[in-house]
Amino acid sequence: MKHQTAVLDSQRVPETGRSSLMKRLDQGLLRFFHGHKTFDHGIYPIEHKELTADKPIRRMPFADELVIPLLQHKGRPAIPLVKVGQEVVRGEPIAQADHFVSVPMHAPATGVIRAIGLAPTAEGPKTPAIFLKVYHAASQQVLYDMERDPERMSVKEIIQAVQDAGLVGLGGGAFPSHVKMHPPAGRVIHTLVVNGCECEPYLTCDHRIMLEQTDALIRGILIALKATRAERAIIGVEDNKLDAVAHLRARIARHLPITAEAVETKYPQGAEKMLIKSLLDLEVPAGGLPADVGVAVFNVGTLAQMGDLLPKSRGLIERVVTVSGPAVKNPGNFVVPIGTPVRFLLEQVGLKGPLGQVILGGPMMGMAVASLDVPVTKSVSGVVALEPEHPSLARRQVYPCIKCGECLNACPISLNPSMLGELALAREYGTMAEQFNLDQCFECGCCAYVCPSNIPLTQYFRIAKSINRDAKTRHEQHLDATKRH
Amino acid sequence: MIGAETTKSGPFAHSTNTVRQTMFTVILALSPATLFNLYLFGWPSILLFGVTIGACVVTEAICLALAGRPVTHTLSDGSAVLTGWLLAMTLPPWAPWWIGVLGAVFAIPLAKQAFGGLGQNLFNPAMVARVALLVSFPVVMTAWIAPHPLFSASAPGLADSIAITFGGQVPDGVTAATALGYVKTELSRGIPVFQSLVEYGRGSNLTYTPDLMDLATGYKPGSLGETSAILILIGGLFLMRRRIITWHIPVTVLGTLFLMGTLFNLLDPGRFAPGLFHVISGATFLGAFFIATDYVTSPVSEKGQLIFGIGVGLLTWVIRTFAGYPEGMAFAVLLMNSLTPIIDQYTRPRLFGRTRKGEPLPLKGKA
Repeated sequence: MKHQTAVLDSQRVPETGRSSLMKRLDQGLLRFFHGHKTFDHGIYPIEHKELTADKPIRRMPFADELVIPLLQHKGRPAIPLVKVGQEVVRGEPIAQADHFVSVPMHAPATGVIRAIGLAPTAEGPKTPAIFLKVYHAASQQVLYDMERDPERMSVKEIIQAVQDAGLVGLGGGAFPSHVKMHPPAGRVIHTLVVNGCECEPYLTCDHRIMLEQTDALIRGILIALKATRAERAIIGVEDNKLDAVAHLRARIARHLPITAEAVETKYPQGAEKMLIKSLLDLEVPAGGLPADVGVAVFNVGTLAQMGDLLPKSRGLIERVVTVSGPAVKNPGNFVVPIGTPVRFLLEQVGLKGPLGQVILGGPMMGMAVASLDVPVTKSVSGVVALEPEHPSLARRQVYPCIKCGECLNACPISLNPSMLGELALAREYGTMAEQFNLDQCFECGCCAYVCPSNIPLTQYFRIAKSINRDAKTRHEQHLDATKRH
Repeated sequence: MIGAETTKSGPFAHSTNTVRQTMFTVILALSPATLFNLYLFGWPSILLFGVTIGACVVTEAICLALAGRPVTHTLSDGSAVLTGWLLAMTLPPWAPWWIGVLGAVFAIPLAKQAFGGLGQNLFNPAMVARVALLVSFPVVMTAWIAPHPLFSASAPGLADSIAITFGGQVPDGVTAATALGYVKTELSRGIPVFQSLVEYGRGSNLTYTPDLMDLATGYKPGSLGETSAILILIGGLFLMRRRIITWHIPVTVLGTLFLMGTLFNLLDPGRFAPGLFHVISGATFLGAFFIATDYVTSPVSEKGQLIFGIGVGLLTWVIRTFAGYPEGMAFAVLLMNSLTPIIDQYTRPRLFGRTRKGEPLPLKGKA
């Protein structure tokens, strides 16, 4: 306790604008010209949110077979607890966490384990998964259920319960939530940032969750506040969802240390480092974590699930997914059992015609699937279907870089994508990392979005990073080999 | 449609902005001034204009074919047309055809393609061509003429114009000095600037007499881009509005030139021309809005652009005032072009989460 108060003093809740008059003036002007709080740079893609923004969350039926990959999160894959042929009940644990940075899996439906084998993923390589044949005649009641009061639980118990629930970042990050509640030694969390930005085009599931699952969300925030020992929570919402801000403000009891704030609608506002900058004017050091500035960030969807599951001791078996895009007949927001194949989802919403590309997540950072058998996993916030003639799939003529500087003004972390792109063409992958901070790029796609020469910058950077990773591994193997002999 | 081979890499959204669009927006912005001046200087200027742009496109095509690059694809970016257009706007309107062709050879193969094509050139191709022509053919390149608007009594007909442009037969008595040139010459004869300015306005020894208002509207001797400052300014503001260029370079170029002019004019009005004169005469507006702002050869960061603009303004004033040439914009732009890489190097913005020196931000309250 004594150790912690010492840290608290120097890491108090920052009060923005107190440092100097200039800064205050600066922020005043910023707000005058730009409206709500924001970060530097970024882009304003067409939102397409009107397709689903006012579609209430509906329940998706069960597919015949669910595919539950053992690695749906960052960290180690879960270890199966079931055998082929075993019957499982909805909500029953079917795989356990492997050490701390891992989460268990729960049966998303009552049925029988048909196989444990390889399944396709959006990332590319096939991955071990549990194939669950659904009993359609079963009641699909969640029997794994035990009431408990999180307010009476200790911090340690809550963190354990969050891991047991199999909770990961549902905004797309898929980082195990309990790990974030346990800051590295010497870090104290003062503020909980609740991410309700949803800056990706098309996606509206977080918007609906804030409107429809408000009480579960507030319960989840209180649990996370207790677990992280944070003093306050701020819900950051882009100002294209002011109805959600008003709704939250009305529902949050006055004595709670929770506020809802609008931030500018700008991509990538929902990137955690950007949102921390917008709300608190704090900059997470390069290569660091939000905990380094005393902040923990959770997505609204994650906390709504937390508020729903923890008091009942249940596991994560479904999530809200936006199914949208110009190729979809009846777009909407759906509660989808984890493991539902994308093919089934698209059959349910209906297609207008042939498919061009199907993206898991949003169009900026999401991944196109190579097969419709890819299942919805815990981190899939949206399924966006594009028709073959969609402009973003058209073959664009690539011209040389004309140094227009658009990408420099778009990059939220002020990298020089133009220079990085030239270096990538020259295959100077090492220089990209050593002199131009390639590793800090989080592949938000802003540079590729604005490039008038249609240079696929983000793709170049992904390739360069993976080549650098391979080179590093080879180098380490070489060092290992020389050490041994 | 969905399969491993057809799967694309994100992002699956793109702004509608393209290189071609950018180039043609710039051309659109140049159009009012161009059309007015083609009218002002008649058929010979129209012929030269066509020859210059045509030569730029042809030389670009030849270079691309020789380099084994896709010709139509690259030509369609519109950059060769724009280079030719800008170059034509800096030539004396009644210059012979070979000036345009030779300019294209300087601009495209030497200043652009030799460096690797679009985006790779260090110097602004149109300015390289103009300076090379000016140094090599000083007489032809300074043969400014007084305006002879199309369909006016003094304007040459199409046949005469072909003789002027392709035969080099410029009739006597049509040449006239530009304002900058006149002031410079008179100063060397010991006539103070304020006096020569008034004389230029009165047109004591000219065949054509512009008054000071004509300096701004463009009814005066000069190149196509030099004359109508107001139309060029409108085009420049249009580019800013369309967000093709930002204010940084034009404002610093014009501001520096105006400040230097005003400051020294206050010190010695006999030797130094006033700031406003510097801003509205010569190719100041064309340079500030269209030449110095060239993406490829100017710094990418905003801070770098401020430094670049101040440099262009300062050098233009120095050359106009102290050097042998009456107009210094082209030289100033080229000199600053050579500094662009180093300006870019020293104006790299601070990265998110890092200090100016590039180290990760220190942790506050580290236990």
